[in-house]
This record gives sequence, C-alpha cells and structure tokens, in this order.
Amino acid sequence: MTSTNADLPLKHVPGHIKHDGHNLTGFIIFLCSESIIFLAFFVGYSLLKITSPEWLPEGVEGLETRMPLINTVILVSSSFVAYFAERYLHKENLWGFRAMWLLTMAMGSYFVYGQYVEWSELAFSLSSGVFGGTFYLLTGFHGLHVITGILLMGLMLARSFRPNNYAKGEMGVTAVSLFWHFVDVIWIILYLLIYVWQRTS
Amino acid sequence: MTTTKYDPRVLKAPHPVPGAPDNWKRFFSFNTDAKVIGIQYIGLALFFLLVGGLLAMVMRGELITPPADLVDPSVYNGLYTMHGTVMLFLFLFPVLNGFNNLLIPTMIGAPDMAFPKLNAAAFWLVPVFAFVLLSSFFVPGGPASSGWWSYPPVSIQNPLGHLINGEFLWILAVAISGVSSIMGAINFVTTIIRMRAPGMGFFKMPVFVWTAWAAQTLQLIGLPALTGGAIMLLFDLSFGTSFFRPEGGGDPVLYQHFFWFYSHPAVYVMVLPVFGIFSELITVYSRKPLFGYKFVALASFIITFLGLIVWVHHMFYTGTPQWMRNLVMITTMLIAVPTGVKVFAWLGTLWGAKIRLTTPMLFVLGGLVNFIFGGITGVMLGTVPIDIHVGNTYFVVAHFHYIIFNTIGFGIFAGIYHWFPKFTGRMYYEGLGKIHFTLTFIGATLNWLPLHWAGLYGMPRRVASYDPEFALWNVIASIGAFMLGVASIPFILNIVSSWARGAKAPANPWRAIGLEWLLPSPPPAENFEDDIPTVISEPYGYGLGKPLVEDEEFYVRRSMEA
Ligand code: HEM
Ligand SMILES: [Cu+2]
Repeated sequence: MTSTNADLPLKHVPGHIKHDGHNLTGFIIFLCSESIIFLAFFVGYSLLKITSPEWLPEGVEGLETRMPLINTVILVSSSFVAYFAERYLHKENLWGFRAMWLLTMAMGSYFVYGQYVEWSELAFSLSSGVFGGTFYLLTGFHGLHVITGILLMGLMLARSFRPNNYAKGEMGVTAVSLFWHFVDVIWIILYLLIYVWQRTS
Repeated sequence: MTTTKYDPRVLKAPHPVPGAPDNWKRFFSFNTDAKVIGIQYIGLALFFLLVGGLLAMVMRGELITPPADLVDPSVYNGLYTMHGTVMLFLFLFPVLNGFNNLLIPTMIGAPDMAFPKLNAAAFWLVPVFAFVLLSSFFVPGGPASSGWWSYPPVSIQNPLGHLINGEFLWILAVAISGVSSIMGAINFVTTIIRMRAPGMGFFKMPVFVWTAWAAQTLQLIGLPALTGGAIMLLFDLSFGTSFFRPEGGGDPVLYQHFFWFYSHPAVYVMVLPVFGIFSELITVYSRKPLFGYKFVALASFIITFLGLIVWVHHMFYTGTPQWMRNLVMITTMLIAVPTGVKVFAWLGTLWGAKIRLTTPMLFVLGGLVNFIFGGITGVMLGTVPIDIHVGNTYFVVAHFHYIIFNTIGFGIFAGIYHWFPKFTGRMYYEGLGKIHFTLTFIGATLNWLPLHWAGLYGMPRRVASYDPEFALWNVIASIGAFMLGVASIPFILNIVSSWARGAKAPANPWRAIGLEWLLPSPPPAENFEDDIPTVISEPYGYGLGKPLVEDEEFYVRRSMEA
C-alpha cells in the first residue's frame, strides 16, 4: 500500500473533486431562475388585472372551476407519488420505483388531458384582450413544463432498465422529482391567482 | 512524502485535449476546455467590437453635420438599435464570459468548469444569436429600429404584416442570448461554489472571482424577468395578444419594468467583473496587498442587492408617482457607498506605491479616472430634478459611454493585455500596447467629454439631425470616434503578431500572486489535473513573504520546467 502511494506524485489523490454533487447544485440554481420567469408572469398578471379597465372579454362570465379543481388535486397528489417512487429507489426496490414513477407519469398526463379539454371548451382566445393573453400564457407555459416533466420521467424510467447506470439514474431521479414538485408549487399559485381570485373590483 | 514531490514523472508534458489537435483549429471546434472556450468568446467578441464600432462610425459620420444627410433618419434608427445590441450582447457579455472561462477555473484551482459540455453549448449559441440578429438586415423592413430598449408601442407595430420582421428577429436573438447567458451563469456559480481548491475559503478567493460570482447571480435573477417580458412582447408583436397594448387593456409601462428590472442590473453584470480586473491588476502593478480586501469582496454583493431595487430610476418621467421617485432616488444614491468603498480601496492600494506603468496598468488607471467621472454623472442622473431635464439628451449618452466604454472597455483591454502571456504563452509588444492606449484614451475623451455639454444644453438623443448650435461638439466627438477606429489597428496588429511570433512567455512574467500564475503558460488542458494545491493564505500577499499555497516551490518549479 505504501508503495502504491509513493507512486502517486502528490498528496491529492486523483478524483478528489466529487463531480456528482455539481449536477444537483446546478439544477437547483436553474430552478431558482426558472421560478423568476414565473414570478414575472405572476406579477404581470396581477398588475394587469388590477389596473386594466375591463378584464373579462365580452360574453365571458368567468372561468369554470370544477375541472381545474380535479386537475389540481391530481397534480398535487402526483407529487406525493413521485416522492414514494424516490423512496423505493433509495431502498433499491427497482420495480416499486418503476410502478410509482409510471403512476406519476399517468397522473401528469391526465392533467395535460384535462387542460386540453378545458382549453377546447373556452369561449375566448389568445387575442381576447389582456385576459385571454394572460390566461393562455400562464396556463400554457405551465403546461409546457408539465409535458417536459413527463418526458424527463420517461427518460429516467428507460434508464432504470440499464442497471449499471443505476447511480447516474438516481441522481437524475432526484432532479426530476425536484422539478415535478416545483411544477406543482407553481400550479398551486397559478390556480389561486387565476381560478380562485376571479372577481374583479 | 517529500521525496516524491519532485518526481520527474510529474513534469510530463501537458497532455493534449482528447480528440482535438493542439493547434489553432481547436478554437473553431466544439471544445470543452474552459480555456479554449474563453479564447473563443474573447475572439468572437473582439470581432463584434469591430462590427459595432463600424456601425458607430457610420452614426458619427452622419452626426458630423447637423442635417440628416448621410443616411435616412429611419436607417439611423436601425443603426443605433443594432449598435447598442451588438455592443452589449455580442461584445460585452461574451468578452466577460471569456474572462470568466479563462480565470474562474484557473484562479480557484479547478480542472475545468462544473459542466464543460454545457459551457461549450453556451458559447456556440452566441454565433447563432449573432446570425439571427444580423440576418435582420436582409428581411423586408430592415433591422429592428426601436432602440435597444424596444419599448412598446413602437416596437410592436408591424406595418408590413410579415411574421419574420426585424423586431421579431431582434426579440428571438435576445432570447437566445438570454438562454446562453443563463447556461453560463449556472455553470460559473456552480463552479465557484463547489470546485474551489482545498483551503480556499470564500475569503481566500481573488476579488475577480467574487465579482464574477456577484455578477452571475444578477444574471440569474434578472435575465428570467427580461425573458418573461420578451415572451410577452413577442406575443404582442406576432400573435395578437395585448399585454402591452392599451387598446386591449394592456400596459406599455409594464414592459419598461420588466426591461429595466434586468437592464439596470445588467450594467453591474458588466462593471463588476471589471472591478475585479482593476483589483487584481492594481495589486500586481503596485506590489502591495489590496487595501481592505474583505470589504472590496463583500461590496460586490451589496452592489448586487442594491442594483436589483433601483431600476425605476430609468423611468422617472414615465408616470412614476412622486413617492416612488424619491425612494428610488435615495436607493440609487446608496449605491455610491459600496462603489466608493472599492474606489477608495484602489486608491489606498496605489497610495505611496511604486507603480509599474505597463500597458495593462495604463488602461486600469485611465479606466479608473473615467469611472470616477462617469459615477458622478450617474449620481447626477439619479436625482429626479436633473434627470427630468437631461434624461432624453446626450448627457445620458455621455454618462453611460463613460462607464461602458471608458471604464468597462478599458478594463477589458487591461485584462486582455495582462493575461495574454498566461493563456497564449507569448508576450505582447509593449510599444504597440502603449500606442493603443494613447490613441484610445484621447479618442474616447474627445468622443464623449464634449457630449456632456451638448446634452446639458439640450441636444436630444436618438435623432439623426440636430440644431446647428451643437455642431462644434459633434465635430469633436466624431473626430474622437474615428480616432478610436484607428486605435484598433495597433491593437489587432499586436494581438496577431505577438501570438504568432512574440517572445515565449514565462509562467509568471509580472511576478504576480495567484493560482493561475503557478501554472505553465499556456496552462495544460486540465490546469492542475490531480495535483491541486492547498491554499494557505489570503490572496494579494505582496511584500508579506507568505506563501500562497502549501509546497509553493513545487508548483513554481513545475510551471517553469513545463
Ligand atoms: C456602474 C456602471 C454604470 C453603467 C454601466 C451605467 C450604464 C448606463 C446606461 C447604459 C444608461 C442608459 C440607459 C438608456 O439607454 O437609456 C444609464 C443611464 C442612467 N444611469 Fe448609469 N450606469 C452606471 C452607473 C450609474 C450610477 C453609479 C448611477 C447613479 C448613481 C447611474 C444612474 C443612471 C441613471 C439615473 C440613468 C438614467 C438616465 C435617463 O435615462 O434619464 N448610473 N446608465
Ligand atoms: Cu440604471
């Protein structure tokens, strides 16, 4: 052992810099700056809503809230399912992980479907004044994130079938479920802003 | 073990980057070595400095006489829009990212950036951005012409009805640049937080690393807001929404908030790394420890914080209520405090020192003088009564050019000369450098000093023709501008010929203290590879005789023999 150590030129053993931690740090920084885009949209939405003379387009009474509420419940619960998937992975129960992960993806897909149904029944469009624009921008931008999340989960699922990539996959799973919780929190704020805070003064 | 430290096997030649030949061609490839990317950024940025400079000289050629005779007023609008955009997004940001790439890993003793591939991808987005932006010269209606602020309602008029118009391409290009900058910022911040050499606590980091960190934090907070605003602007322009259209209930001033929430901090994104360069160079060339190092380091983050809350000073005359104006005026003045801390630390370092007037130091001293001047005009503009009067005049143009070119530009030239030997392995020609400095200093002063008076006497900005009473100032300014064009000749000549045939640079030509100077010139692909030094003292220990790292002789020896 001493002889092999003497072969090493210096006190610092190769690989002393741990590369795994970087990815998560970088990803968290990325999420922080993403939340600022959403924050910009939320602030814009609130300011426009408070200041604009007429908010709802002609002939529109308000938004139907039942379908979005169901959607909200499903999306929020899917965050818990994702958490359990991660737990299974830590216990090295790969099949448990895959089942839970797939359930999360299904719930996310249902959310997207629900939003599609809602969009197709609405009586206003992107160009119906400020209201139309902000509504579609916010829900659409969020929906894009949900779809991205589902795709990323699919990628992680595929990876879990290559066992020697296990460690790498685990890192990715942590990141993707973080992303999923993030998308969830954003939706809750969005739901409160758009569906709960409907009455204008 | 001491006996193995000087093992000759350690002195092996730097290993080549896998898959890339060790020649100039690697600068034109998708290379993941931060040092190659750094040079790519700086090279591309200097090319666009020339492009932006040519646009500026057409403008100054137009303004040499009062009437709009050289170019059409509508063409002039396109010129100043593109000039501003090229200079900010294709020269300043890329050149500073170049410094970040060269200096952050080498200064903190990291082998590379945290995410080398992301790093290369971020760089290659810059040419894409440039292509999108410059292709707008060839679409119907010409390039964007509503200024680099792109304020609605002017910017969301599309009289041609084409989807692909100059304004559309402008927003798209800015969005690409934003993505690239965010990718860069994530990389730099992660690298600084996670990859410092053993022993290098935050208060042992060089000031440049502090300032880069603060600046990139600003990018991460500010850019997403601009992106949000740009998405809305694009939808208004092309997809019939009315976020900023009063007819549909929208609010044009909201856009200004989004824009300045980023673009005010953006000036600190650019100036902070230059404060870092000043701090590094002043200690080296006056051979004294940096006066008040910890305060200088911390002041960077105080500037970051204050920079985020004063954007409304760009909107004093767009319906901002009086109480808010007063509040913003006070917070704007407060920025003078951390900035003053830095200036006094530099002056304190220079005080009584034996200063070596090399080209980089000349640029630092020139930049410092100009910065004090530009800071004073900034404080003047931060006061509501003055700003209401001169806000739309050439006084503002003079103010920000004193900072953006005469300070930031000077700092960048200083940095390029100072680290040229380290990263190219060749010495530059001091004589040519001094000619470059002299022409630049005189040209810049002639160009922007007179415009302060033109502005104070009421010459409006953003117009192609003006009252003949301002003619003299404009002639002087134009002469200065052409002189700056001439100044680029010795600079280019110097870079090209020294890189090709200059004397071989030693590892530490300035006898500077810092991890990067413990590397051979140019440094090998992975910097210290696995022999990462342990840092044991604060930076800038000039004249204190304390070693910077454990076994300093070992590293010095290796860098000399490589
Ligand atoms: C430190 C580096 C600085 C840079 C790079 C910088 C850059 C700029 C730029 C580019 C503009 C013009 C914006 C436009 O196109 O309309 C500007 C305007 C302004 N600057 Fe600075 N500036 C700096 C420092 C300061 C300081 C220290 C202050 C105040 C204490 C200040 C106060 C202002 C104000 C109030 C305006 C708005 C003028 C107007 O449009 O009426 N600046 N600056
Ligand atoms: Cu400002």
